[in-house]
Amino acid sequence: MEKRVFFKGWKLPLLLVTPQLIISAVFFFYPSGQAIWNSLFLPDPFGLKTEFVGLDNFRFLLSDSYYLASFKTTIIFSVAVTISSMLIGLYLAALADRLIKGSGVYQTLLIWPYAIAPAIAGVLWLFLFNGNIGLVSWYLKGLGYEWNHNLDGDQAMFLVVLASAWGRISYNFLFFFAGLQAIPKSILEAAAIDGASFWKRFMSVVIPLLSPITFFLLVVNIVYAFFDTFGVIHTITSGGPEQSTTILVYKVFSDGFVSQDLGSSAAQSVILLILVGVLTVIQFKYIERKVHY
Amino acid sequence: MVEKKKTAYWMTHLGLICGVVLIFFPVWVAFVGSTVSQDDIIYPPLPLLPGPHLIDNYANALFRGGPEGYAGASQVPVIRMLMNSAIMAFGIAIGKIIISLLSAFAFVYFRFPFRKTAFWLIFITLMLPVEVRIYPTYEVVANLGLLNSYAGLIFPLIASATATFLFRQFFMTIPDEMVEAARMDGCKPMRFFFDILIPISKTNLAAIFVIMFLFGWNQFLYPMLLTTDPNMKTIVMAVDSMIPAGDDYAHWPTVFASAMLAMLPPIIIIISMQKFFVKGLLESDK
Repeated sequence: MEKRVFFKGWKLPLLLVTPQLIISAVFFFYPSGQAIWNSLFLPDPFGLKTEFVGLDNFRFLLSDSYYLASFKTTIIFSVAVTISSMLIGLYLAALADRLIKGSGVYQTLLIWPYAIAPAIAGVLWLFLFNGNIGLVSWYLKGLGYEWNHNLDGDQAMFLVVLASAWGRISYNFLFFFAGLQAIPKSILEAAAIDGASFWKRFMSVVIPLLSPITFFLLVVNIVYAFFDTFGVIHTITSGGPEQSTTILVYKVFSDGFVSQDLGSSAAQSVILLILVGVLTVIQFKYIERKVHY
Repeated sequence: MVEKKKTAYWMTHLGLICGVVLIFFPVWVAFVGSTVSQDDIIYPPLPLLPGPHLIDNYANALFRGGPEGYAGASQVPVIRMLMNSAIMAFGIAIGKIIISLLSAFAFVYFRFPFRKTAFWLIFITLMLPVEVRIYPTYEVVANLGLLNSYAGLIFPLIASATATFLFRQFFMTIPDEMVEAARMDGCKPMRFFFDILIPISKTNLAAIFVIMFLFGWNQFLYPMLLTTDPNMKTIVMAVDSMIPAGDDYAHWPTVFASAMLAMLPPIIIIISMQKFFVKGLLESDK
């Protein structure tokens, strides 16, 4: 898509794009290039010199059981966050869509957690499940269930998923709600006249019509779970216990900044870069298709 | 809706209210926690109704940064960190809007050499979240001497093309007749930009402002790496640092009061500008 009519001249437009190009060059292209470059080197432990090692950092990573475990953790975590927040978002959106009046009030009541930083969400849930003083863990103890996410990896995973999904419900609700509102009521009425029950209408009319939004949300939520949940992980578990909640982004951080293993951290960045690239291409493919609708 | 049944109607409300309660619960607990004393918290369970210490706790957090003697207490007044966050969030939102408006205007309304190349260079920045290139970006900021500065907090985070693409998409929907008419009247490009394009982009500007403000306010990893000076901390990272590793010794009323203060500005913005926010989010598709 291009405009047919435009202004003449080439100096002004070049001047107009310069600020963005400079900022992108300094804070995007140069650091990204550095990440790729560093991934080919191995610094000595004292940081005095670096040695070119080619793809050794990658070879090492792909045979490192900790890194592969982190991959698996990331997949479990992302799938759990994506599915749970999308299901709850869809459920609430479907309910709000049934209302003739008042759905706007529920929208306001449901969307504000989007404004809460993942790190703050992490702090709130960390307190609720604090082993000694947390409200939820105290009641769980009353029921005879011992909660200690500092020792139990599964509990830690459950908690970071809960805290990450909680903040994400708003987003999914909003998109599903908009999608549901856009479905012409006449289609549903026609189905109802043909004798389709609510559940039947939902499964065979609504769900297929929502599929483009669902697909979009799947991609966006996976990207969210991969990258934006750093704050949740850092505040609640710091990747522990025993790396059971160390997702890939957290490992880039902890290997690079905490352990100062720069070659490996850079190689991990490059692998993440490829993953995001793939996800983005999928997303744009989808957007392109949507334009043709 | 299609059928009208009384019970179904109330079940719908009941389901939604359950959802709202679930969503509110952690924040309500934080609010209650910010109104009680440390003893009320460390001897569980926490009451479910607010206590009498609201003003003490907030004043303490805002102006003193919490009582002394707790491992996580920063002793930097929270009001200072709220200010840092506000500067960072406004800086990112406004900076991003300015550079994106200018470049989107150039891409849509001009033909110039290397236009495609420049477009793709900016397009690629969409692909890579900041978290992926943290270490090299940290080095760039350090080499430029921008650690512990507002510029260091703001500039790395405006290097992304989201807003550019939103503006570009919007400019594409503006009828060509507008430019034709403007050109016939002898209107210079920048005059067209300021007098026509910006006024008709107002709702989009507001929408992008809300999204970018939230993005800036809620940053965590970047400010954590780029600031070592306690006076430059942002509120989100400050709340995290108030909880030491052995988390029982945190001064919880201060933590909760600070957490509430950290949530309040973005929540106010999202609710007061709900219409723009919803529109912006749905149209941006990210």
